[in-house]
Amino acid sequence: MKLNAHNFKENAKKALKDDDLQASLQKLGTGFPLKRLAAMDRLPEFEDLRDQARDIKDHTLRHLDFYLEQFESRVVETGGKVHWARDIKDGRKIVYEICEAVGAKTVTKGKSMIGEEMAINEYLEEKGLIPIETDLGEYIIQLRNEPPSHIIAPAIHLRKSHVEEAFRKTHTELPKDRNLDAPEDLLVEARTMLRKKFIAADVGITGANFMVAETGSTVIVTNEGNGDLTQTLPRVHIVLCSIEKVVPTLEDCTTLLRVLARSATGQEQSVYTTFSTGPRGETDPDGPDEFHVVILDNGRSRMLGHDTHDMLRCIRCSACINHCPVYQSVGGHAYGSIYPGPMGSVLTPALHGLEKSCDLPNASTMCGKCEEVCPVRIPIPKMLRSWRKKQWEDGPVPTLQRLAMNWWAWWALRPKLYHKVAGWKMRIMGFMGRKSGHIKALPIKNGWTENRDFPAPEGKTFQQRWSEKGGRRT
Amino acid sequence: MSSRDYILGRIRWSLGRGAMEREDDLSLVERLSQPKANLIPKRGSGTPKQQISLFVKMAKEVNATVSRLKSLDGVPRAVAKYLKDNDLGTAIRIAPHPDLENLDWSKLQTSFGPSAGDDLNGLVMAFAGVAETGSLALTSGAQSPTTLNFLPDNHIVVLKADDLVGDYEAVYARLRRESNSADFMPRALNWVAGPSRTADIEQTLLLGAHGPRKLHILLVEDDGPEG
Repeated sequence: MKLNAHNFKENAKKALKDDDLQASLQKLGTGFPLKRLAAMDRLPEFEDLRDQARDIKDHTLRHLDFYLEQFESRVVETGGKVHWARDIKDGRKIVYEICEAVGAKTVTKGKSMIGEEMAINEYLEEKGLIPIETDLGEYIIQLRNEPPSHIIAPAIHLRKSHVEEAFRKTHTELPKDRNLDAPEDLLVEARTMLRKKFIAADVGITGANFMVAETGSTVIVTNEGNGDLTQTLPRVHIVLCSIEKVVPTLEDCTTLLRVLARSATGQEQSVYTTFSTGPRGETDPDGPDEFHVVILDNGRSRMLGHDTHDMLRCIRCSACINHCPVYQSVGGHAYGSIYPGPMGSVLTPALHGLEKSCDLPNASTMCGKCEEVCPVRIPIPKMLRSWRKKQWEDGPVPTLQRLAMNWWAWWALRPKLYHKVAGWKMRIMGFMGRKSGHIKALPIKNGWTENRDFPAPEGKTFQQRWSEKGGRRT
Repeated sequence: MSSRDYILGRIRWSLGRGAMEREDDLSLVERLSQPKANLIPKRGSGTPKQQISLFVKMAKEVNATVSRLKSLDGVPRAVAKYLKDNDLGTAIRIAPHPDLENLDWSKLQTSFGPSAGDDLNGLVMAFAGVAETGSLALTSGAQSPTTLNFLPDNHIVVLKADDLVGDYEAVYARLRRESNSADFMPRALNWVAGPSRTADIEQTLLLGAHGPRKLHILLVEDDGPEG
């Protein structure tokens, strides 16, 4: 997809006024987070597993070259092929050449964020191939020509009526008067239409949640079974993954799997977790003849050892997204990047440059929920702050904002004066809101009061009340 | 420079070192050749009886159904009953596994082999089951086509109680032990927990997405012949 990450403010304003989107997002806030909590409660070892998951990823990243080489040699030994891609241009070319070599016409696709990063569908279409997304959510947004708005629930921004509209527009061979009122009807129609595509496809492309160095296996987790049909039926299976997805052993992978689904959807385990190792053997009755793994770098190797190093631990569970008050308010498209939410606000500037995504590190309230729920304990707020700092030092800050911050810093560096003036300000604001307890409009801060009232202070600053109580808590 | 060398070079440069030092390398090689289990949740440990009841409970939670049989001989009858109860006809595509091929299938229309996509019902043999989450381990191979796990609408799986273990780690240990080579992984190892599902339309959970609509497990506790 095309990066549009410098328009966050504009996009967010539109998103707040989009009633359909707001209705969809309302469900998100109570859906995944509550299910995650329930799953955690059932597993007393969950916190310890998070520590181990973090340590496994840390260990692997410290020896990333070793584990990638091991993975490669195991894939080759089991009859597969590994392709290295520096950037998305490299990656697309590799995928196309594999398709071209087998004379492919149609390509089925399982859900893959690396595929989104490469914009592989657009590229294959340009080259005359027909790529078909098979994950229901991805299929719906492909028909609507939209990017995903969430990394595991790509069509979460849509209502049932949007899906019906897309299906009626696309499946024109079906009777016009068919009933599509219930979600079940829509599912049955998608299942029937896609079943034919699965069987006819020449190449199947999937992503990978993990690559196992010990065995040369790639791993996907799905609930629909589309990933498995995508990789089992065609002659060729192409796996798209990135360098940081490698883990040492099956045991390590299992530890990460134990925290992945629980953090994501609150499931104990996804319905299908599939380890794929090489192409079909002589005695195998089914499976692909060719097994290709495309390993993408696209800026990740630069992140190692630097400020955003820890972000490479990310296992793409989406817990940070599901719990983010900003995401819950504006949805995924507002971010204008492939990866939305807190993890995306750290990753996007690292992959595409801060100048192209300068709004993203600021699209956070710094509430810290993202770090709290991260299964591999990534310090997301700390990294957002480091982007903000870099932004401040390197330039892309609007002049007015820079002036305002300098002005504030001038006061903050003079605490006595600051407390005195703050005391006056509290008295004035307390007076303004003395009747209702709220202030409807504030000069300069109208961006805040445009959408909600400002709670009025009670007339004193925190510091004043603190010293009145002699520094005691109660 | 090849992309491979470029990427590996970048990684080493970013980590601030050259190619791995030998001593370190050896400890990493050992980590791979003698894999150790990490923390295993306690819930799967227990007596075989406890594991069976946990497995059944967890499998049912993810919308699988479970029948318990006393012997393999009872499988054809249990399959026939399941198909009849659910109005699924009498035809079934079966994995060419010796344990299944040698049963008396005279009451059903059976055929053996992979699925091409037009089978309503499929029957396979599980490699193992895991009590921790009620998951099945299905391994691809001559006796167990992967297509049977995903194409038929109704997925019936036979699991011997002897193959039921507490956790995933026990399954990996068994795969390594039985193969005794570095190539111990089957082409596909499918962990299956319940029938396929989606919540992509308004976050409403619907069963039967692209894979099976139903998952029925026949758990065979081999206490001798059925009486």
